[in-house]
Amino acid sequence: MTDGWHLVIGLEVHCELRTETKLFCGCRNMFGDEPNTNVCPVCLGLPGSLPVLNQRAVELAMAIGTALHCDIRPSTFHRKNYFYPDQAKDYQISQYDEPINVDGWLELPDGFRVRIERAHMEEDTGKTTHAGASGRIHGADYSLVDYNRSGVPLVEIVSAPDLRDAAQARAYATELRAILVASGASDGKMEEGSMRVDANVSVRRSPDAPFGTRCEIKNLNSVRSLGRAIEYEAERQIALLEAGEAVDQQTRHWDETAGRTETLRSKEEAYDYRYFREPDLVPVVPDPEWKAAVADTLGLMPAQRRARLTELLGQGADAVDGRRDQVATVVDLGLDDLVVEAAAAGVPVTLALARTANEAATDAEAARRLDLGAYVALLTMEAAGSLSATQSKAVLADLLVAGGGDPAAIARAKGFEAMSTDSLAATVAEAVAAEPDAWARYRDGEDKLAQVFVGRVMKATRGQANGKAVVAELQRLRG
Amino acid sequence: MTAAPTATEVASAVRSGTVRAASVLEGHLAAIDAAEAGIHAFNLVTREQARNDAAAVDAAVDAGHDPGLLAGVPVALKDNLCTRGVPTTCSSAILAGWRPPYDATVVTRLRRAGAVVVGKTNMDEFAMGSSTETSATGPTRNPHDLGRVPGGSSGGSAAAVAAGFAPIALGSDTGGSIRQPAALCGVVGMKPTYGTVSRYGLVAFASSLDQVGPFARSVADAALCFDVIGGHDEADSTSLNRPTPRVLSVLDDGVEGMTVGVLAEFLDGADPVVVARARAAAEALAAAGARVEEVSVPEVALALSAYYLIAPAEASSNLARYDGVRFGLRVDADDTVAMNTATRSAGFGAEVKRRIMLGTYALSAGYMDAYYGKALRVRTLIIEGFARAYQRCDVLLGPTTPTTAFPLGAKVGDPLSMYLSDVCTIPTNLAGHPAISVPFGTDDAGLPVGVQLLAPALAESTLFRAAAVVEAAAPDAPGRGGGTT
Repeated sequence: MTDGWHLVIGLEVHCELRTETKLFCGCRNMFGDEPNTNVCPVCLGLPGSLPVLNQRAVELAMAIGTALHCDIRPSTFHRKNYFYPDQAKDYQISQYDEPINVDGWLELPDGFRVRIERAHMEEDTGKTTHAGASGRIHGADYSLVDYNRSGVPLVEIVSAPDLRDAAQARAYATELRAILVASGASDGKMEEGSMRVDANVSVRRSPDAPFGTRCEIKNLNSVRSLGRAIEYEAERQIALLEAGEAVDQQTRHWDETAGRTETLRSKEEAYDYRYFREPDLVPVVPDPEWKAAVADTLGLMPAQRRARLTELLGQGADAVDGRRDQVATVVDLGLDDLVVEAAAAGVPVTLALARTANEAATDAEAARRLDLGAYVALLTMEAAGSLSATQSKAVLADLLVAGGGDPAAIARAKGFEAMSTDSLAATVAEAVAAEPDAWARYRDGEDKLAQVFVGRVMKATRGQANGKAVVAELQRLRG
Repeated sequence: MTAAPTATEVASAVRSGTVRAASVLEGHLAAIDAAEAGIHAFNLVTREQARNDAAAVDAAVDAGHDPGLLAGVPVALKDNLCTRGVPTTCSSAILAGWRPPYDATVVTRLRRAGAVVVGKTNMDEFAMGSSTETSATGPTRNPHDLGRVPGGSSGGSAAAVAAGFAPIALGSDTGGSIRQPAALCGVVGMKPTYGTVSRYGLVAFASSLDQVGPFARSVADAALCFDVIGGHDEADSTSLNRPTPRVLSVLDDGVEGMTVGVLAEFLDGADPVVVARARAAAEALAAAGARVEEVSVPEVALALSAYYLIAPAEASSNLARYDGVRFGLRVDADDTVAMNTATRSAGFGAEVKRRIMLGTYALSAGYMDAYYGKALRVRTLIIEGFARAYQRCDVLLGPTTPTTAFPLGAKVGDPLSMYLSDVCTIPTNLAGHPAISVPFGTDDAGLPVGVQLLAPALAESTLFRAAAVVEAAAPDAPGRGGGTT
């Protein structure tokens, strides 16, 4: 919402499927190989060649549909006809009016549900590199085409126009990426082009008004670009409308360096794709058994993982609200199993969540490899008061580097013996003696002044004392 | 022309070691040398490769191996079938110089059965035509009368078989492109059920209609070839994954108890001599024990109109890839779009351009449903019409073409009259059914007349049984091999 204007955003996300081979031939589906080495008559569109559908690609498309709560339907392929040098046959084989996945939804971490209109299969094009100053086809000296990507399987996921601001669009893209990775369908690497986002953006005066004329923005290569482009485009459209001009329906190109969108083509220049049923392929009709088998192989999706943690927290909405960021972080980083395992072993969920979101998350890659048993043992020691928070964090740092180990042994090696009750009592007594005024007020009931003594004890013990034990001793002295 | 041996005779003699494949080949190469200049059946004669292949067949026989069902049989391939390392042009300038890196599945199967490929035959450009006159390499002439067309689009293959250049040739049939030239050249030509012969490596014209099939001088040879090239192919998703009918073994089973329907719509408008020949063929079937009746499938009258929307629509998409970027002709220009345009303007002939424009229009936004969509609905009606007829009949019979071979140039200026020469063959393609054209006598000028038999999907066995009976009763049986003296 910018000065009384409301945004309407729908996203089209292209995701390259992580298959061994391409959608319609046996060529390797591999990013970064020597150009034009993973090619054959089929993906080069040579005369006489014919496509044969890759079953694994269909299964991954079904996995995406399942993860997005879609209806998985009998589907067909069409030809989308247009001339372009990286389009080997000068048509793209894509699903059109009978896509494999329809009518699903995606739940954002804040609980908002975005409707998914469809998630259909299609083939990728080759990749053109334009040599010359502009880097684009207009004004290029010459162009090079790499057909390694030609025929790589894609699923295009089309959201309903349910998103209302750039932050929500970013959250959607982030969540969708997590789902694609979790389902095993894609590596979700936007920087390698395995996930590409186009945004349809329009603005209107009121949330109840009909949708305004939209523009489609292409070339969004990161979640950050997506947010920037939407904000720029909304402002551009608002400025037009406020100046009494109209928004032209256009396809626009996001220029990351300049930070603005530019006209790629207008509605009048839009292609007539002349879609018709691909006569070289037969319909795909997944039976219930096949659908069930695909669903069975699907692990927990991010939303389910978040729900699992929320349920463990289980202390009412306030407790959950305050920890939403921690929950989102551990799920995003794929560390939620650490929390679940620790909780199952009796570690308080809040402690497990905090250590995982704040400390383990600093090196998520190491944390994903960390020996679960060692992690649970460490948190159990901390929960029991055998290690202070500071000590526990220090041991964890070592565990992450080593990938595991015996936390008790590491603690001993660091000299983190739990203080005896006697020596703790002596240290607390010293602290009390050093702060007579604070002690008097604490004795009169100012509980928060306990921090003064805890601070002194921590300083004296170089952080090795257990804060809870110190408070317990203070309360004992107060009587 | 002398009566050349049939494929059955050649294969049998080569397999038993009584005749060398090399000598069979040299005999056919000599026939080509003698008459090809006047006929122009071939775009390319692959002499050296053929000699190597024949030598390999002989070596296999010498080593005690069986080279296969077509051992040493020379075959000619329509120039829209991909041959590894050998130019495949579709008789179009746009594919000049292109050598496919792979063999079509049917070519692989022929070679595996011991066949010896002698060359690539002339055709209407991209199989669009009914006279082989739209070829960029010039027309093929009818061996029976060099002033007349051989039919098309597989005119080169039909002429090659009729002229004795090869006992067997392969063609492709999208709207009659095997059967019509077979009829006009006096040879057997068969279009299989859609999906029984692989299209992998057949350069597409209209993918939902195209089917590869044999030309031969006898029904038995056509059956032999069909048995070799038919069967499931994983490389073609429209290839039926089910047992393919085997026809050679049922050829002599006769037509006793069969019901043959003479298709009234095919008789309407055909030349009287052609109608008379078709009726005579029906009588022959009746004499052999079939029940013959007249049937009507009124929907077939709509076939031509539907075909000329569906086939060009698919073609407009199939032919988009000839853009000068990856293979074949490139005419350079200032930018990519200009290069595409210049290449396609120079590389395609008038008939191909006409059909690309027709098809592009038929699929355009706003016209799609009125043209392409309606044509698809008509196609369904035609399938239903045939289904009704096949409730009563085992096979249908009619002329293959309304006329015998017409003079070169007679119809090139009038596309519609050219299109009408396929009026009896197109309905079968729309239905996906099998059909065969069998020579059955001549007209008063001595030009061959073809009788067409049609059967339901996958009823090739029935079709060939009836064809064998018609062939045996044909007025000039058994001495076919070209009618000129």
